[in-house]
Amino acid sequence: MNRWLPFEWIAAVRFLREGRLQTIFIIGGISIGVGVIVFMSAMLAGLEANFIKRVLTSQPQIQLLTRDQIARPLRNGAHEVEDAVVQRPSQRVISIDQWPKIRSQMLAMSEVTAVSPTIAGSVLAVRGDASRAVTLTGIEPDSYFNIVRVPDYITVGEARLTSEDIIIGIELAKNLGATVGDKLNLQAAGGANRVLTITGLVDFGNKGVNQRTTFVALRTGQSLLGMIGGVTTIDMTIKDIYAAEDIAQQIQAATEVEADSWIATNAQFFTAVQAQAYTNTLIRLFVGLSVAFGIAAVLIVSVIQRSKEIGILRAMGTSRGQILRVFLVQGGVLGFVGSLFGAALGAFALVYWHAVARQADGTELFPLILERSLFVYTALLATITGLLAAMAPAVRAAKLDPVVAIRG
Amino acid sequence: MAEEILKLEKVCKAYNIGLPTETEVLHDIDLKLDHGEFLALIGPSGSGKSTLLNIVGLLDQPTSGRLLIKGQDIAALGDAEITHLRGHTIGFVFQYHLLISAFTARENVMMPMLADRGFPSAEIEARADRLLAQVGLEKFAGNLANNMSGGQQQRVAVARALAMNPDLVLADEPTGNLDTKSADAVFELMRQVNRDSGTSFLLVTHNMDLARRCDRIIEVVDGRIRA
Repeated sequence: MNRWLPFEWIAAVRFLREGRLQTIFIIGGISIGVGVIVFMSAMLAGLEANFIKRVLTSQPQIQLLTRDQIARPLRNGAHEVEDAVVQRPSQRVISIDQWPKIRSQMLAMSEVTAVSPTIAGSVLAVRGDASRAVTLTGIEPDSYFNIVRVPDYITVGEARLTSEDIIIGIELAKNLGATVGDKLNLQAAGGANRVLTITGLVDFGNKGVNQRTTFVALRTGQSLLGMIGGVTTIDMTIKDIYAAEDIAQQIQAATEVEADSWIATNAQFFTAVQAQAYTNTLIRLFVGLSVAFGIAAVLIVSVIQRSKEIGILRAMGTSRGQILRVFLVQGGVLGFVGSLFGAALGAFALVYWHAVARQADGTELFPLILERSLFVYTALLATITGLLAAMAPAVRAAKLDPVVAIRG
Repeated sequence: MAEEILKLEKVCKAYNIGLPTETEVLHDIDLKLDHGEFLALIGPSGSGKSTLLNIVGLLDQPTSGRLLIKGQDIAALGDAEITHLRGHTIGFVFQYHLLISAFTARENVMMPMLADRGFPSAEIEARADRLLAQVGLEKFAGNLANNMSGGQQQRVAVARALAMNPDLVLADEPTGNLDTKSADAVFELMRQVNRDSGTSFLLVTHNMDLARRCDRIIEVVDGRIRA
């Protein structure tokens, strides 16, 4: 008998050891439950991180644009508006007014981590007989690559952009029969024309995007689109990606530009991420509940089976509080031991699934994230669940009338 | 005059009070037990002997009347105080020995001391071993309860009842399930303890041979003590 263990612990552990089969089965049940929680939590966190990484490294988290151009109603005089149909005007591609000042303002915000001005417009890419309408994006590579990780998506060539270079999507390269080192003729609607050298091919994992994407240096873009010194968008990244919408609204209220967050522009994706998080929470909740009911059921059976022994303990001078604690400790021990096995089970399943489950391109489906905090919190949660689940059986045991209990 | 360990005054016990099935099982019981006395309580089945023993053992409460243990009126005590008094003053030996099967003989004997002090100690273990030696089971100290014969288990139960050095041991037909030889050995063991340490015994039995070997016999019939 361990001298450092109090009476309640000694009795609790002995009762669990004596009901070995029952204990093994319930620990097995708890382990599976905890294993599912660990596996689901880690895998879904990894998947979410992967999705978010893919979405947020291929587009800015907040994008500043010029506000919509609107037609002003014709006024005849003070407070008198001409009765006429006001048509929405066509939206010209125009530069953001005083964009260097806005960029400085954005850089001064503590939540902002990177800011990059860009210019975007449509041009025609021509190579021999083939031509495609493409989106031309003029960028400052140093700052832009901190927002959209173009180098990470380069499949052929390099992410080099001098004033004579261009990076294009792999599908566009296929359509034009071009590859790295080839020349590409870009013709803008305004009549400007430049021949650039392809330095890299990018694959953003989306066929449509890969068919339209082209990156050139900012000055080259400005020159082609006839907007010397102008930019059409300012792209940004922030510290807390989930605060993007709030920050975008703050910026919009404080400046003359329109601010779109990734949450607003990817509403469906964001909803899917949230739905996944809710589903994960619900699954964890219900698994936790089934574990709790399992522990409670086993301990209630134990109380019934041990009612005579509880009666004897009471007759020997054991207090109601001590009996209560004997069963609470059993619940806590079951939860804790089950959580240890469950955490190992969940981690093993996660490592195995990470090795087996691959994306179509052979890359990992989700990053393997095994954080110590997940195991600590799970063990803590399982122990607390065990204690709470043991509450009803423990109270029942403590309230047992010794006379009735001994009589059986 | 010997010191009084137990006194019952006009003790009644009824069940289902206020219901059509109300039943009074004990009527105006007056009983005294002196320190060091070995009393036999006899009577037919259903006469109220076990109910009386449960009330005396503070496991049950009388409907009316007074119960005094070492001169202390039980009615004035709360649950925690009753539990403490029961643990320190009274030892129990039941008919079905009722050892805790998860524990060894030594640990069963240690159990009342452990519940009282909270943690095991060398002193508690040594006392358990002494008590087991007293009942002739020192060699079985490490045996689990289920690995001993009925007579051996009952002797362990006697040792456990003595663990807290109680003033009073209540034995509810402790020999009821034992063969004659084992029953005689267990009775003699209790008698020996009574003689050596002065512990009072209240023994419920159907065995008239054993009852006649006690200091005094009280007969309970239909919930009353027959004069």
